[in-house]
Amino acid sequence: MLSYTLLAGLLFGLYFSLVAVGLNLVFGVMRLINLAHGDFLMLGAFLAYGLYAAAGLNPLYAIPAAIVAFMLAGVALYYAVVPRLQASRDPQMLSFILLFGVSQIIEALAVIAFGNNQRAIPATVFGSRPVLLLGQSFPVAWVVSAAVSAVALVVVYVYLYHSRLGYATRAVMASRDEAASTGINVHRVSAIALGTGLALAAVAGVFSAFMLGSIEPDMGIGITTTSFAVIVIGSLGNPLGTVLGGLVYGVGLMVMETFYPSWADLLPYVLLILILLVRPSGLLGQRVRLA
Amino acid sequence: MPRGGWYSVGVVLMFAVLPFVYGNHALLFNMMMYLVLAQGINVLFGFTGYLPFGYVGFFGTGAYGTSLAILLLHLPPLPALLVGAAAAMLVGLVLAPLLKLSGAYFAIASLAASEVVYYIVSNPHLTPLTQGPYGISLVQTYNAAQSYAVMVAVLALALGAVVYLRNSNLGLALQAIREEPISAGFAGINVVRERTRAWLLSAALAGLAGGVYAWHVSVFYPKPVFDLSISVFAIVFTLFGGAATLLGPVVGTLLLYGLYNWIGISQPEYFQLVFGIVIVVLVLFLPNGLMSLLRRIRVDVP
Repeated sequence: MLSYTLLAGLLFGLYFSLVAVGLNLVFGVMRLINLAHGDFLMLGAFLAYGLYAAAGLNPLYAIPAAIVAFMLAGVALYYAVVPRLQASRDPQMLSFILLFGVSQIIEALAVIAFGNNQRAIPATVFGSRPVLLLGQSFPVAWVVSAAVSAVALVVVYVYLYHSRLGYATRAVMASRDEAASTGINVHRVSAIALGTGLALAAVAGVFSAFMLGSIEPDMGIGITTTSFAVIVIGSLGNPLGTVLGGLVYGVGLMVMETFYPSWADLLPYVLLILILLVRPSGLLGQRVRLA
Repeated sequence: MPRGGWYSVGVVLMFAVLPFVYGNHALLFNMMMYLVLAQGINVLFGFTGYLPFGYVGFFGTGAYGTSLAILLLHLPPLPALLVGAAAAMLVGLVLAPLLKLSGAYFAIASLAASEVVYYIVSNPHLTPLTQGPYGISLVQTYNAAQSYAVMVAVLALALGAVVYLRNSNLGLALQAIREEPISAGFAGINVVRERTRAWLLSAALAGLAGGVYAWHVSVFYPKPVFDLSISVFAIVFTLFGGAATLLGPVVGTLLLYGLYNWIGISQPEYFQLVFGIVIVVLVLFLPNGLMSLLRRIRVDVP
């Protein structure tokens, strides 16, 4: 029982790392809390559902489509609003409110386009035989989701730590002004980071039907809050810290679901508040307090 | 009369008289409720800069505090309302440490806090105490006319609170804290105390609104009284009109809730779309709301 819970927690932990890592990347590069993060994930979920329902395509085929579409959307969103906001009086608060507006627009358009019904992709699209891990059997959809998450996280690692673009991105994270003064094209780097963040959210969305429950237009805000909890547990502004946060959160969630199911819903919110209050600078490495 | 006082009297009288000439009392009641909530947001966001996304937590706490005082303590509605307001202030006191967080962190933490309150209140394990997910029924105290009249009184209180802040040292102190907390502290303002006062006042207003709402509808489930869209409405109404003024949230609520009543009830998704576009346009082009247009042509807005 316990080893099943822990293994399931690790599988979900990898998945939650993928759910949250885009939010953290965007925060790290442009100090912007993307309140529409969960809504982009929802759009990715509908993309996978649409391809499955219309053509019977395996959700894995939705991944390249999601990456291209949301990369472009992110770059467009960046140039449309972010430079203008960064020149304003209180960029962080204003962009927070603005992205909330974007989230409302996406949710409304999703209801208009898809209706208010809950959608599901049957978990048997990957085959119906369970996978054995260390003597425990798990649904194959969980294992596929966790494996894709692991690959995506490795790609993020290579992008940030073993590419020229990644060096530039981390320079912008450390100091926007100094990066600009060394000749880095800050706008281009940031736009790509926002595109990557949205693409990661959309890829996570492809698997949400198996890991987060049914697909519906208003699922976004809860996912945004959960993602925020995950990145705060890990390390705000450090995308790879998200993996730690995701694993802690995944295992915690599975333990709660197994032993205290009716209180499990509280977990992300309580963790978020406690960590923000108790270890804001220590765990995060960021100054988040005022006075 | 202090600045803005006559406008407040006018708004209150309007809602006191309108039910005799206009039949849609539910619209009038909800509009008053959102006026109170928008002014509650205004007290906090307008004067201190903290944006409480989880403001609905106080509303729900007030609704439940009032209902449980009626059901378990067998109090009449009016004292029960005070219990509801006190419950909301108590939750505010417990959450006061959140004020240490800045900007967006506070907004998200307060959202998380309201979800915590919701999941506790609606937890099936607490059914003997709160009725859990099964909702509250107060049919024995149902009185539409009286609860409407009490909401008028709560509206007067909310407008009075903002008139007071617009004309008092406390209001000035809060705005100084909003702009420069450290300098305000050097100027002799007790930053933590004043901002906690605004937070509790704001919590009490939402608690009262929630309590009167519970009494007025008398049958409700936990989900709708902890619905995030209540916070969102109040925040957008305030931003649209212009925070830190008396009239901004009033104008914002009358216009946007009127619009909601027109298209939002039958087709909420189109209203949500309009809402989202309004937010984006506001932030990009008019971050201080409609009232800042009047100020631009040198009209003094109370």
